[in-house]
Amino acid sequence: MHPVRAATAANDLGTMIPASLIPLPTDPEVAARVDRIELPWNRHGSDPYGIDKRELAKLYTLLGFFYRRYFDIHVYGTENIPPRGRAMLVGNHSGGWALDGIMVIASMFFELEPPRLAQGMVEKFLQKLPFAAWFSSRIGQFTGLPEHAVRLLEDDRLLMVFPEGARGTAKLFRDRHSLVGFGTGFVRLALQTNTPIVPLAFVGGGEAIPTIANLYRVGRLFGLPYLPVTPYGLAIPLPVSLHILYGAPILLEGSAHDTDDVIAKHVERIKGKIADLMRQGRELRERRRKPEELELG
Amino acid sequence: MKVLITGISGALGRLVAARLAEKGHEVLGIDVRPWYHPPDGVRVFQGDIRKRPAEDLFRTQRPEALVHMATVTHLTHRSSDRFRINLGGTQAVFEHCHAYGVKQAIFVGRHTYYGAGPDTPLYHGESEPPMAVHTFPELSDLVAADLYAGSALWRYPELDTAVLRLCYTLGPLRQGTLAAFLRGPRVPTVLGFDPLFQFMHDYDAARAIVLALEPARTTDKPLRGVFNVCGPPPVPLTVLIRETGRRTLPLPEPLLRPMLGRLGLPQLPKGALEHVKYPIVIDGGAFRRITGFEYEFDEDATMHAFRDA
Repeated sequence: MHPVRAATAANDLGTMIPASLIPLPTDPEVAARVDRIELPWNRHGSDPYGIDKRELAKLYTLLGFFYRRYFDIHVYGTENIPPRGRAMLVGNHSGGWALDGIMVIASMFFELEPPRLAQGMVEKFLQKLPFAAWFSSRIGQFTGLPEHAVRLLEDDRLLMVFPEGARGTAKLFRDRHSLVGFGTGFVRLALQTNTPIVPLAFVGGGEAIPTIANLYRVGRLFGLPYLPVTPYGLAIPLPVSLHILYGAPILLEGSAHDTDDVIAKHVERIKGKIADLMRQGRELRERRRKPEELELG
Repeated sequence: MKVLITGISGALGRLVAARLAEKGHEVLGIDVRPWYHPPDGVRVFQGDIRKRPAEDLFRTQRPEALVHMATVTHLTHRSSDRFRINLGGTQAVFEHCHAYGVKQAIFVGRHTYYGAGPDTPLYHGESEPPMAVHTFPELSDLVAADLYAGSALWRYPELDTAVLRLCYTLGPLRQGTLAAFLRGPRVPTVLGFDPLFQFMHDYDAARAIVLALEPARTTDKPLRGVFNVCGPPPVPLTVLIRETGRRTLPLPEPLLRPMLGRLGLPQLPKGALEHVKYPIVIDGGAFRRITGFEYEFDEDATMHAFRDA
């Protein structure tokens, strides 16, 4: 820590971020990598949305442990991510909570050159929770509002969208390879802002967090939409192998004001592509397919 | 140009008056509060904008432009009085503008119009509805005044009206909502929340208001419409508190609510806590484009000016 900052922090509880009470360590290598994320940083190390380099360094240090050591992660098709400019990562939900999104964020940081910050569209409840609201704001994970999505894309950011929404994370273990209904907002958004969609499949989240039930009433007591329960109780992820597959970018043609049936066709196309990537990922995971046999295009 | 400023004796009002006088405008002002020694070129009438003498001022002096700054917040006025000043006063001055041939009117409003909450976006655009009515009932009369002033655009089409929604002002004047919140050595925050705060230097705010009276850069006509006005990018509340030489006092929300107004903590209405938990950040792009406004003082200079004043 910078000496001046350390001195200030010592007498100011409020500056010991994130969450002020949980001082997370920072890996200097990770911090150096954060410096290479191409965002308009000011001299305080934050961007116009309040995203903070120091918080990102803490986040990625923490994620690095899970990404590199805890899970056995295999990532394919990162060459499909545009190195710069707006893009939308669209994927399936896999696992009782947003483990998939978190690992996608980690893969965009650890695999790309230069690293990119993937910005998710977070459920509204998170902003109501103390500390979670704070930390998620500092690391660029904003509430899923159309205004946020449009603005971030127009600022040439990398947006991460899970069109299944909370219904997707609520999938039980037996449904882990399925896709529930997609929202259509992301397609209109892509058309409106002329953004390429990178379909992605996340495979193994269901094995990492084998949800057997979701407790909705108990969840509400904690301000959560629901509380996932596993055979071993809490929804702590198991150290299993996870596969992330990024498909070739798709630039949709049409207008954001097209009728619902036209938009629905685009949604089906993206959903079909994600389902195909999920199938390939599952075959990889079950060793029925070799990495060189993948068809990501 | 002959400019009438309502609420001229406020700290920002005085600054705007002095700037206009420096530029060679003839400045008149009305305020219930006195201003004993205004600079040359500034004449101040003491009185209430809702009363007869205010109308006489319009009739006898025939100002060409109005800068309406005589609105008050919950910090200085309690409910019924505040409603009368903000709504009755705004109605009165716009009617006088219409009746006595004023050509241009500027309403100086606030960015808190948009309100704060867990589901409000960063960077509000001018077309967004006023969520403040819902989150912060004490602001509803200011929101209504803002909308009423905007309605002059169709009500009195001959009057070129601009509604400015200024972000918080901060700096050497040490006046205003944010300065009041930062008054004490310890500033309460809600534990676990650190929203972005957007503010501009007092001098930049005055300069923006003066600029709003000049012909628009893009059309060469007087400014018309509703505009967000802001300065440098927002900073987190903890940074604001630190850089203004204060200390944060993070308290869990259930503990903070009953403590407000006691133990030297600022007195805040219930809805104000939402503004300490969630950000109100506006997009001032349209105003910048049309008027050519650029801020002179960045966030550090502004915070330090407040600290060192």
